[in-house]
Amino acid sequence: MTEEFPIDSVGLVSPQLFHFDDELTLRSGKVLRGFDLMVETYGELNAEKSNAVLICHALSGDHHAAGYHSEEDGKPGWWEACIGPGKPIDTDKFFVVSLNNLGGCAGSTGPISVNPQTGTFYGPDFPVVTVRDWVKSQVMLMEKLGIQQWAAVVGGSLGGMQVLRWAISYPERLHHAVCIAAAPKLSAQNIAFNEVARHSIISDPNFHDGRYLEHQTSPKQGLMLARMVGHITYLSDSAMRSKFGKTVGDFETSGSNFGRDLRSGKLSFGFNVDFQVESYLHYQGERFSENFDANTYLLMTKALDYFDPSVDFDGDLSKAFANSSCKFMLLSFSTDWRFPPERSRELVNDLLKAGREVTYVEIEADEGHDAFLLPIPRYMNAFTAYMNRVFREKCSNAT
Amino acid sequence: MRPDLEIIQQWIEPNSRVLDLGCGDGSLLHFLNETKNVSSIGLEIDQDNIEQCIENGVNVIEQNMDKGLDNFQSDSFDTVLLAQTLQALSNPHLLVEEMLRVGKKGIVTFPNFGNWKSRLYLATRGRMPVSKFMPHQWYDTPNIHFCTVKDFDALCKEMNIRVLTRTVVDSQHQGSWAVKAWPNLLGEIAIYHITRD
Repeated sequence: MTEEFPIDSVGLVSPQLFHFDDELTLRSGKVLRGFDLMVETYGELNAEKSNAVLICHALSGDHHAAGYHSEEDGKPGWWEACIGPGKPIDTDKFFVVSLNNLGGCAGSTGPISVNPQTGTFYGPDFPVVTVRDWVKSQVMLMEKLGIQQWAAVVGGSLGGMQVLRWAISYPERLHHAVCIAAAPKLSAQNIAFNEVARHSIISDPNFHDGRYLEHQTSPKQGLMLARMVGHITYLSDSAMRSKFGKTVGDFETSGSNFGRDLRSGKLSFGFNVDFQVESYLHYQGERFSENFDANTYLLMTKALDYFDPSVDFDGDLSKAFANSSCKFMLLSFSTDWRFPPERSRELVNDLLKAGREVTYVEIEADEGHDAFLLPIPRYMNAFTAYMNRVFREKCSNAT
Repeated sequence: MRPDLEIIQQWIEPNSRVLDLGCGDGSLLHFLNETKNVSSIGLEIDQDNIEQCIENGVNVIEQNMDKGLDNFQSDSFDTVLLAQTLQALSNPHLLVEEMLRVGKKGIVTFPNFGNWKSRLYLATRGRMPVSKFMPHQWYDTPNIHFCTVKDFDALCKEMNIRVLTRTVVDSQHQGSWAVKAWPNLLGEIAIYHITRD
């Protein structure tokens, strides 16, 4: 008997590998001679090919955005909250395309792929890819799928930055841009956190200048530390308090212990893990370091750091949007301190200055940056309402 | 449609740019988008209203107008609307100033506190008026800056604002001869079409 998936899930899905023989010239000037993209799609493309939605993933995401890979798979895709029948990106209405970006480690060409020219892993030789390069490869994928224009390109965080790049560089190729919890470019603080993450990876003795696969090892400690730091920036203070402050500890006198739940009920008076938050971070870091490639992590953080579409426009982002023709939906979350609402408002203001059509909603949410992955009712309502509009404007005459 | 909105829409040129401050559920902008093909944006802070706007296909930006409009370029709209929101602002005069910077023309509507019912209520009961039209108690009301038609006339004069049209309607939202003769006494809703000289 087959196990049942939730009815609002796309259910069993399987990824497809798309091979491209074409050359791809990257922003750095380097050229990729042929590459693969790992892709998942959900829902049906209509006859007019007008209902396609592209999902752009964030730092550690991949093509597996929704559904399950097997009957036994306990964990759905990373955006299960938002993609599926009746969800904001409704797979009964839209044909959803999700890919693993170049440089990733989930099947698309990246540092763990074999370089056809050398016969060994790319490793640190994989060229630094930028948001612009990703979008360029996404255009090639779009053409392979026979799609002329996306009904919407949608993404959160680093995914939202890809959405902005689409609107700037390929204005006629999308009808709506949905950019969630993103920023026009990273702040010094954002870059600083990324540098800590990179440094912890690079200084791991098992890093071997990025050639750890040839040494049959992996800089797990460094990657774990990188993820621990990153993870702190994804959560808010209040999210951590409530996550680790549910049980009443020995010190409990009032309603809150400020999230200082102890792991074993007492202090160790040593340098062991005393608090729940510590063991949680260890667990998150460890799990991540077993499933993610360190060189990919380095690449992804660099893509974030380098993102700044205003550089081609004398630092004036509004000029970058001068030729955009799509409509924009921006969402931010009140306790997100990685890309706080002010950063989204900067984007809104530049879009207004450029005379673009914009909708902007700031969601009250305790969950910090991670909120964009979670089914928060206000968020779901606004997101659903907007995607309904996308469908009405773009696809409702189609069948 | 709310009757003040019915009057407002007559002043909106087809294919023009419209900014609606406190756009509510977006029904006016939706109507203007559909019938006049305007290019429009609404500002709103209430989450339920924002959802309704999105559902209506109206471009809405979550923004608190009490913090100003400095993210909007001067003269970037043909008309800036402020319907039944003036009395809820911290600094109504500053926003009116901003409206006429951002837009070529402005439309302001507000409940006329100089209406005879308010005057009678206050005179006979000695308490702040509460009615179906203005249902809040004084301590728990979004309406913190009530004014009368005469007050707004005076403000326009003080700020060198030119009143293109002033329409005042009663509870049936009709501008009878009597309302025209005694607007500050009989009018319940004041509707101003204003511009800078």
